[in-house]
Amino acid sequence: MINSTVAEISAALAAGDISSVEITQAYLDRIATLNGELNAFITVCEDSALLQAKAADDARANGNDSPLLGIPLAHKDIFCTKDILTTCGSRMLHNFVSPYNATVVERFIDAGTVLLGKTNMDEFAMGSSNETSFFGDVKNPWNTECVPGGSSGGSAAAVAADLCAMATGTDTGGSIRQPAAFCGVTGIKPSYGRVSRWGMIAFASSLDQAGPITKSAEDAALMLNVMSGLDKKDSTSIDRPAEDFTASLNQPLKGLRIGVPKQHFAEGLSMEVEQAVRDALAEYEKLGAVIKEVDLTNSHLSVSAYYVIAPAEASANLSRFDGVRYGYRCEDPVDLEDMYKRTRSEGFGEEVKRRIMVGTYALSAGFYDAYYRKAQKIRRLIADDFDRAFEEVDVIIGPTSPHTAFKLGSKSDPVSMYLEDIYTIAVNLAGLPAASIPVGIANGLPMGMQIIGKYFDEAKILNVAHQFQQHTDWHKQKATAITAASGES
Amino acid sequence: MALDKTEVEKIAHLARLHISESETEEVTTRITDILTLIDQMQSVDTEAVEPLAHPLDLVQRLRADEITEENQRDRLQQLAPASEDGLYLVPKVLE
Repeated sequence: MINSTVAEISAALAAGDISSVEITQAYLDRIATLNGELNAFITVCEDSALLQAKAADDARANGNDSPLLGIPLAHKDIFCTKDILTTCGSRMLHNFVSPYNATVVERFIDAGTVLLGKTNMDEFAMGSSNETSFFGDVKNPWNTECVPGGSSGGSAAAVAADLCAMATGTDTGGSIRQPAAFCGVTGIKPSYGRVSRWGMIAFASSLDQAGPITKSAEDAALMLNVMSGLDKKDSTSIDRPAEDFTASLNQPLKGLRIGVPKQHFAEGLSMEVEQAVRDALAEYEKLGAVIKEVDLTNSHLSVSAYYVIAPAEASANLSRFDGVRYGYRCEDPVDLEDMYKRTRSEGFGEEVKRRIMVGTYALSAGFYDAYYRKAQKIRRLIADDFDRAFEEVDVIIGPTSPHTAFKLGSKSDPVSMYLEDIYTIAVNLAGLPAASIPVGIANGLPMGMQIIGKYFDEAKILNVAHQFQQHTDWHKQKATAITAASGES
Repeated sequence: MALDKTEVEKIAHLARLHISESETEEVTTRITDILTLIDQMQSVDTEAVEPLAHPLDLVQRLRADEITEENQRDRLQQLAPASEDGLYLVPKVLE
């Protein structure tokens, strides 16, 4: 049952075929067997998970039939969880036990889910390989010599390896979609403002957005139903009527207009990924969709604009880590400045420090117009490209990443790592929703396809993803390396 | 644009980061590489373009200025590296 979708487990729980305690124990056992090798979890909440599972079973006996009741999940360690270690993948927060729950966490508690633990991630969500974590690399369950992607690498690996039924992630420049692609799972970054950021440790506040990582588009819809909605504690949260994202999953795709950006099929894209996405587009045509080329003229500028905006916002957000109120403090500071500097230099890893410095530089006196303001203007051009494209099409489809998961340790210079997110970053700059779903396997590693939608059109994206998953079985393929390692068939 | 070591030391100070002598050269090279990547955006004329700060042009929501949180000082200070009598302790600032 642990390899089933949330929808299937939910049905089995409702039918009384299995209890939440049983399925929770099965995941805990699986974590105990495999986490040593994968390092997907930083914290496992064994005792509280079993108590929550028991409570869910009792609630069901008393008539509660909430769809996610008793479903075991994992939270990325960027979400504050009350009385549970919340590290954000950093030495800076290696001892931080949060005094409160993030709104997202609170909503999953209200839905009756069971928290299995907190997943590993790139430090402060800055990375595309999960190698910047203070708590060590996460291994890709398909090939443990490869990265799982990042920054939500632990969540994607945990879902792919059946260490949980579903997981949360966050996406600032591709951090849900790229690891979903590398690990062969489904992930969606909602529209900016759709999901509350309250209690989600901030990286770049105008770009950060939380979303689901799951085994199917239907499961992502079920999670999004719980996660999304107005939160008055987050001033950027959008006030929109509640939506049931599962309602339109089965809508036929006849007449759907799919835009294919020529810039996403240009130099740098591997042949295997291009072929897999083209095959998927042919599948959509069979389902009645119409394919049309679209022009995202300024997409080549997205990485450079992003590496001004994201570090600038990060340098401001991370100034709160000063060794005074919580988290790490250096030993024996001689004065206040020494305390700040050594606390931050010892508490942050190399990549985080680099981005803080780039952001500090971009915002410093005399450079603001040349960098931050210029990047915001580029951001407008990128958003306008999407607006124009969406006048003619309903969704935009292309590859999520130019290639499959790369080897651990193979990208040592930051710029080549930054270019990993070449197809995903523009979506964050524009604030649009986008999913990645499995679209094929090459050399034993999964590949992902990105589906971008209009603002607040998550339901359409999930409909388009779900229909593909009704007619193909790429999302059902299982990670091979760990299946062999755990001795299961 | 290329940075020199003095500029990197200045940025590190502004960011309250300590960069050791042995790290300065590598940090300078890495940041210069990143700035080269960033400079690609200078190739486009954006004179007439309005900057975009937020993807949806929304107005900031306001609320009544009322206390809604309970005082949790003792609980929150348990997280502090050093505190005493309800105060956060830091190294001596004034002689």
